[in-house]
Amino acid sequence: MIAAHEPIQRPPDAKLLAIDATGRITHWPRRAFPALLSRGDLVVANDAATLPASLRGVHVASGRNIEVRLAQRGSLDPEDVRDFAALIFGEGDYRTPTEARPLPPVLAAGDVLALGPLRATVRHLCGHPRFVALRFDGTAQAIWRGLALHGRAIQYAYMRPALELWDVWTPFAGAAAAFEAPSAGFALDWALLAKMRRRGVEFATITHAAGISSTGDEALDALLPLDEPYRIPSSTADAVARARERHGRIIAVGTTVVRALEAAAAPRGLVHAGAGIAATRIVPSTQLRVVDAVLSGTHEPGTSHYALLGAFVSAATLREADRELETHRYRTHEFGDSVLVERAALPIRPRPAQRHAA
Amino acid sequence: MNRTNERSNDLAALRIAITGGTAGLGLALVREWSARGAAVAFVARTPGSVERIAGEIPGATGIVGDVSKKTDIHPIALQILGRLGGLDVLVNNASSLGPVPLALLADTDCEDFEAALATNLLGPFRLTRALLGALRASAAEDRGAVVLNVSSDAALTPYPHWGAYGASKAALHHMSAIWREELHDEGIGVLSLDPGDMDTALHALAIPDADRTTLRKPEASARELTRAIVAELHELAQQRKRSHETRRQA
Repeated sequence: MIAAHEPIQRPPDAKLLAIDATGRITHWPRRAFPALLSRGDLVVANDAATLPASLRGVHVASGRNIEVRLAQRGSLDPEDVRDFAALIFGEGDYRTPTEARPLPPVLAAGDVLALGPLRATVRHLCGHPRFVALRFDGTAQAIWRGLALHGRAIQYAYMRPALELWDVWTPFAGAAAAFEAPSAGFALDWALLAKMRRRGVEFATITHAAGISSTGDEALDALLPLDEPYRIPSSTADAVARARERHGRIIAVGTTVVRALEAAAAPRGLVHAGAGIAATRIVPSTQLRVVDAVLSGTHEPGTSHYALLGAFVSAATLREADRELETHRYRTHEFGDSVLVERAALPIRPRPAQRHAA
Repeated sequence: MNRTNERSNDLAALRIAITGGTAGLGLALVREWSARGAAVAFVARTPGSVERIAGEIPGATGIVGDVSKKTDIHPIALQILGRLGGLDVLVNNASSLGPVPLALLADTDCEDFEAALATNLLGPFRLTRALLGALRASAAEDRGAVVLNVSSDAALTPYPHWGAYGASKAALHHMSAIWREELHDEGIGVLSLDPGDMDTALHALAIPDADRTTLRKPEASARELTRAIVAELHELAQQRKRSHETRRQA
């Protein structure tokens, strides 16, 4: 596939590969997404706004320049911004692909990191020379201010211009929670939401602290995705129940929504409202309990995103989709094209025939 | 004064952001909503003023930023969302007169006109757009969501010497009306209201020799605007109730 180099969330020629419940693959302009939905379906997106999680600064003990990428926090509580897990990179910037970035100076518990107006202390290493738990000095308000003034969106080496915060906020971003953009949501805009509403499709959101998607380091990437906090509003849990009642499908926008909804799964395909931590990885052997289909970016085999798609369809179907993505020159990465993958009707889990009769 | 519905803490469930919050009407709104228990974030350009007001009103979050600058909008929005954990009410109050002293349009520098448009029109547009997702979530979660754009009679009446200000406020008023139509189905209310001629620093800049006894106190206007926001929240709640019932019957 081709990398999408420009930070354009909705290029007019964006493409959508759809895999339906029978495994049939079709190609669409992505703006036709609402036409693939049926009256009664529920579309659930992640409303996390992306944090300026990349902080430049100095490792005080060695005097060397570093870049800190915040990667995880314990909850979505606005006061809970002192403690983060973070990846630390050495000299250089994002123009160097992450896999070629030098390691940071040797880090130890108690090391102070001066990050513009922010100061943080390394609490301990998390089993890798560049993966640490850190704690910021100061009040929650001072930390939010420091992040807003000094932080930048995490950058990607393949992007031509530097990403600004507005490039990585989806149109409906509303909760300061994500470390990298929940980029499947780039596909939707307000006109599309209105179109879905006119077709009798419901729309609801959850908040999930989408984490770093890759680090350029195999040992670290094996840890991804990290445990991520989420929140499901009771209005969204109610919308899931209504959709179940009328035999509509639950369509997740992005892998983060799949993780959150499945982590909150309750009996009979419902979800529990409230805050939680998405800790389990979704892999081909995972039995999906809530989500019927996922709208996602295009992903390369070997990534955690790709493994998640394996819970929806067979490996053979995914391989066929990969060939189609190559043949039709789909674009990949955050600002690339999309896939809509519906859970195979059989043999994974038989469902009543009327589910597709809407 | 009728304050029967204005008990202390009656707005405790609400999260509000107010621009231009360190003087005049904005400051009166910050005080009114803080006194009534709301979670308040306010925005202003001058660090010293922000610090002073934040010190005076414990619990209120002061944010330093200039809504007329494109690059300040997301840092402002991030701090609002970060501190308040979401947003129910946005008041776009920060205003620029354009040229001071006021000038005939023929004598108005383009730069002064642009500054009025940046503060009075583009700033509210950008900040509202950046916060629209949070407002949509509030509406969906049955909390309600209202944007109040502070307008002026100069938006409708062509007062000579008020060209830059009047034209920018007219555009803001019309933008509000269009947004009100477009956001109706999202459950977000958009208001554009005239607080009247108030005894504020902005008014003194515009008309230095005004008879201040004829001017309204900004506190009175703040209470009136608050009543309008609360009424709009109430109306939106009714609208949601009707649509829940329709959905149940469907």
